[in-house]
Amino acid sequence: MIWKQIPLSLVRALGFFGLLLAGVALFAVVTGPVVLAALGLGRLIDLLLIAHRGPGGGGDVSRDMLATVAGLICCRFVLPVALLAIRRLAMLTRRLMERWCGVPIASAYRPRPVGPGRLGYQRRMSWLLGDPGTWRDLLWLVVNATAGLVLLLLPAVLTGLGVVVFLQPLLSDRPHVMFAIGLAFVAAGLGTAPLLLRGYADLARLVLAPSEEAKLELRVRHLAQTRRETLDTGAAELRPVVQVAMGLTLDAAGRLIDTDPAAARALLIEARDASARALAELRDLVRGIHPPVLADRGLADAVRALALDSPLRARVTGSLDGRPPAPVESAAYFAVSELLANVAKHAGANGAEVDLRHSSGSLRISVSDDGDGGADPSRGTGLAGVGRRLAAFDGVLVVSSPAGGPTLVTMEVPCALS
Amino acid sequence: MRVVIAEDLFLLRDGLIRLLEAYGFEVAAAVDNGADFLAAVRAGPPDVAVVDVRLPPTFTDEGLRAALRARDEVPGLPILVLSQYVEQLYARELLADGAGAVGYLLKDRVLDGAQFTDAVKRVADGGTAMDPEVIARLLARNAAEGPLARLSPREREVLGLMAEGRSNTAIAARLVVTERAVAKHTAAIFTKLDLQQSDDDNRRVLAVLAYLGQ
Repeated sequence: MIWKQIPLSLVRALGFFGLLLAGVALFAVVTGPVVLAALGLGRLIDLLLIAHRGPGGGGDVSRDMLATVAGLICCRFVLPVALLAIRRLAMLTRRLMERWCGVPIASAYRPRPVGPGRLGYQRRMSWLLGDPGTWRDLLWLVVNATAGLVLLLLPAVLTGLGVVVFLQPLLSDRPHVMFAIGLAFVAAGLGTAPLLLRGYADLARLVLAPSEEAKLELRVRHLAQTRRETLDTGAAELRPVVQVAMGLTLDAAGRLIDTDPAAARALLIEARDASARALAELRDLVRGIHPPVLADRGLADAVRALALDSPLRARVTGSLDGRPPAPVESAAYFAVSELLANVAKHAGANGAEVDLRHSSGSLRISVSDDGDGGADPSRGTGLAGVGRRLAAFDGVLVVSSPAGGPTLVTMEVPCALS
Repeated sequence: MRVVIAEDLFLLRDGLIRLLEAYGFEVAAAVDNGADFLAAVRAGPPDVAVVDVRLPPTFTDEGLRAALRARDEVPGLPILVLSQYVEQLYARELLADGAGAVGYLLKDRVLDGAQFTDAVKRVADGGTAMDPEVIARLLARNAAEGPLARLSPREREVLGLMAEGRSNTAIAARLVVTERAVAKHTAAIFTKLDLQQSDDDNRRVLAVLAYLGQ
């Protein structure tokens, strides 16, 4: 087995070396324009300052200008492409790590922002630069070109050295010693090749694997998206089913209309009722997943609608100057919905009050009631569940509920409004 | 009776035109967005407008906003709003000016042509046509205070059916009682809500508004 492993390791190391070279080239493409633009800009400012001080200063202003402009143009057109290429390279590295070294490395990039048409430069760059994954990839290029290079080339270098030493005896007067040393080098080089490759893979995993946070974030996004898709397909599937059923009934009615008008009439009424029922089902399904007012008006009005639907006398105060990101908005909506339902069920309260506002980078919602108090998140599953779901967005839930009341539940989720 | 229709789905718009014309309405304009609807209303207020809540370009509550805007410009303009969903919040916004002549129905109700055109006529005459789903949700709340607390459960039920826009005859049929019994209930409702003797239709509207605005 080991005999098969060694040459394979060498070949694979060579493959990774190729990726490494490509990485170095891309790194140069990314950093080059930035450095060029920065240097040119620095020199220009320098020159301006000197010129300001008086004559005697100066230099080749046009050259610096050219450098700055060239650098900026490269930044504009080359940077996004190069960053994406680096991402592809990192993905390829991850795939090969799994296939060749048996070391699976997860990847977690933020999905490309959706929008009509092509992405503008600014959105594209903020998407790429705002993603921790991009910075992980860049870090990998640096680590790979230093520590990675050593790990990859050590076996080859050792083997090469061994061969050279091994060949020395032909010229030397003490052949046995050189033979031995040469053989030892070759053995060390070949023998450590699989080990070092494994070490290389571990290094790659250390740098390239996403943090737990990034994985969680991606998971939340994924869930929010699949939930929406489930709803859409659910709605889309219900429709044809209803239409087919209706079509059949209408067909039967058409055949009966001359011979048995009464039966045809009954069938038509049945078809009408069936379609009304299907619509009602669809409506309930949608309301539970994608509340209409939330989609139309945003969180504040959606919470107002919740208060109206609540059996309690519920008052809503506060307002929001924009909309939180959709997943946060939806999580906050369902949190308030559950809290109000809790109050109605358990608190023995007459009235409840919901306050919502956004300040210092956080969405704050409080739900208070005039009930009996004594709510304990560690005992009831409801409050703890709401807290857990908010935690997915780094949100917190604080409960103050002395025996005898009143109860105040405060939620806070860091987010920006748009 | 002149009607303006604002509905973006071609099939439904077409269906509404056929339905209303079959029942003797004159369709003055049928448009597919809020801006055109407002233009049509400004060109000559119709006797009643039928507006879908969801209209382009936003496909959120564009139609509702256009309807509220039209009511602002033409006070008391009878409007019947159609929607895939009914929300109490939107019902309240429509009723907020206290002028009545408002309908808020699920699109499904179009399926029953006779009932639907009845609702359109009631709204045109200054009455209300609230979807039974809105009423059902209102009934789910315990009206613990306000003048409505004085109503008996049966009276509240009658009031809910009035809000849907049903006549005494229809309410009697629904509750399986005589029309006389219904008349007694409505009289009790008017008294308990402090609605003075006046034209019966007007008191019905006021009672319904008190009920929906609780």
